[in-house]
Amino acid sequence: MLKRVHFPSSLLPYLLVAPQIIITLVFFLWPASQAMYQSFLIEDAFGLGTEFVWFENFEQLLTDSHYLASFQRTAVFSLLVAALSMGTALILAGFAQRVVRGAMFYRTLLIWPYAVAPVLAGALWVFMFNPTLGIFPYFLEMVGITWNHYLSGNQAMALVIMAAAWKQVAYNFLFYLAAMQSIPNSVIEAAAIDGAGPARRFWTIIFPLISPTTFFLLVINMVYAFFETFGIIHAVTQGGPGTSTTILVYKVFNDGFVGLDLGGSAAQSVVLMVLVIAMTVVQFRFVERKVEY
Amino acid sequence: MADIQLKDLVKSYGPTEVLHHIEGDIKDGEFIVIVGPSGCGKSTLLRMIAGLETVTSGEIAIGGKRVNELEPASRDIAMVFQNYALYPHMSVRENMAYGLKIRKLSKEEINRRVEEAAEILEIKQYLDRKPRQLSGGQRQRVAMGRAIVRDPQVFLFDEPLSNLDAKLRVQMRLEIRKLQQSLGVTSIYVTHDQVEAMTLGDRLMVLNGGYVEQFGTPIELYDRPASVFVAGFIGSPAMNFLPAEVQNGQALLPGGAQVPVMGQHSGQATFGIRPEHLQADEAGPIAIQIDMLEQLGANTLLHGRLQGTDHTLVASVPGHAIDAPGTLRRFAVPAERSHLFDATSGKRLAD
Repeated sequence: MLKRVHFPSSLLPYLLVAPQIIITLVFFLWPASQAMYQSFLIEDAFGLGTEFVWFENFEQLLTDSHYLASFQRTAVFSLLVAALSMGTALILAGFAQRVVRGAMFYRTLLIWPYAVAPVLAGALWVFMFNPTLGIFPYFLEMVGITWNHYLSGNQAMALVIMAAAWKQVAYNFLFYLAAMQSIPNSVIEAAAIDGAGPARRFWTIIFPLISPTTFFLLVINMVYAFFETFGIIHAVTQGGPGTSTTILVYKVFNDGFVGLDLGGSAAQSVVLMVLVIAMTVVQFRFVERKVEY
Repeated sequence: MADIQLKDLVKSYGPTEVLHHIEGDIKDGEFIVIVGPSGCGKSTLLRMIAGLETVTSGEIAIGGKRVNELEPASRDIAMVFQNYALYPHMSVRENMAYGLKIRKLSKEEINRRVEEAAEILEIKQYLDRKPRQLSGGQRQRVAMGRAIVRDPQVFLFDEPLSNLDAKLRVQMRLEIRKLQQSLGVTSIYVTHDQVEAMTLGDRLMVLNGGYVEQFGTPIELYDRPASVFVAGFIGSPAMNFLPAEVQNGQALLPGGAQVPVMGQHSGQATFGIRPEHLQADEAGPIAIQIDMLEQLGANTLLHGRLQGTDHTLVASVPGHAIDAPGTLRRFAVPAERSHLFDATSGKRLAD
């Protein structure tokens, strides 16, 4: 028998969910609908006249080579951020699992970067890689590499990728460690008795068994790289040099608030909204695949 | 195939010694069962032989070769775990072939061995299933199959049947025994179940608190237990113990009963008698005031107290008994069936 809880007043349940609903309406749905509406308008830079143009903004986007280039750049950026941060986290988790003494201390240290605000993380990397003052350009100079991310687009891209990935390592590490610890010890021992060395055990036993976690993290990291790296890019490169680190979210900001093309910017953010909805659907559909142990 | 020697084996975790100077000589092809209550160190001992735990001091030799420093992979052993430890993401076939692939056997050879083992264990029709699609008993067979295909020198079993239901356990027990006899591979089997131990083992090593209490054949352990612990652990229902004063081949039991015993011992001792060795006898010296009956069909267990005392006793009588609680039954004790143990150390007294 299902037991149902009855509240004395029929108003109370609505009051209890009201804060959540109000927040969602005011801070999410209203701005989203505003953006949607705005994307159908063309406004002059001074806000004196607006014209309703239906899908003209979107049509322009699809034919704009800058926008398509930014799309491609974003794909590369987020794939590399996901790969770098997940790869690093996987290695660290693999090591952390073998640590016996001081494990808590070590794990706590590894989780710290997650608590650092994006802009601060960006600032840290800017200082470390500053072409004139930074410590890393100094070291790189010694091995014959000239570092100047203010001039080289590729170096600028590498820098924001590193900064963005660094910040996400902690999060991935936590999930990987938990996944590894949920693998029964005896399975690993059985593989050891079967003759598999540590590297082989990792690739043939541990890695396949944590693949659901890998998939989950891949989606999470892609979403992160797509939408939450604005702060880092703004602090490190402002999308430059040229447009070499202008990913989609940064372009939304740049075109809307710097270029004052509000309609075009709104259209871009609607495209991003569709993307994030698609990713969320993928995540909910596939992430809950049955774990095999 | 190989013999195994355990020499003065010690295991400590920090300052805590958990296994104390274990000695044992295991002959080629023998089936050894390590048995004891939980926490006695039996799994630790097995894991040391497997190479999953380090050896603090002493020596393990397999086939005359010291293996203390060898990785599990180089000891040429196979192990069956309590939770089977199958690789969940691989099919049964891949599970069994995993160790062979690592040893770089040819595809045909791997296939031949897997098919052969599957044939023996009757799991041929499941070869392409994943472990989660199998029942407990089938998983157990796959785990055994994974051990067999490797054709190792030694089989190690870590309580492999404890996750199965009672009926399946009896069946698998017989199959393990048959399999081991036909393959002739030296095997070490850890269990806390004394029936499993008695039925499987050529010899039993009884562990208690990290000490070997006794190492011998099941019949030796049953007939001449080396200590109170072994006497109480082996045999079901457990042996009855009574404090006794021994003099001139007679043991004076609480309540005044006198029974004949073997040997020349005199003084305080623990007197032991198995329930099935108490013989119903109208003129017998031991009188049991019955509290409760347990009907097992083939025989009946009488639970009661030694008349005039609070010492509980169990007697097993053949067939059906219908004594009402409170009745008195008398039993005789054949001297050669009784056991005497030291009152303080619990060790068997020479007889």
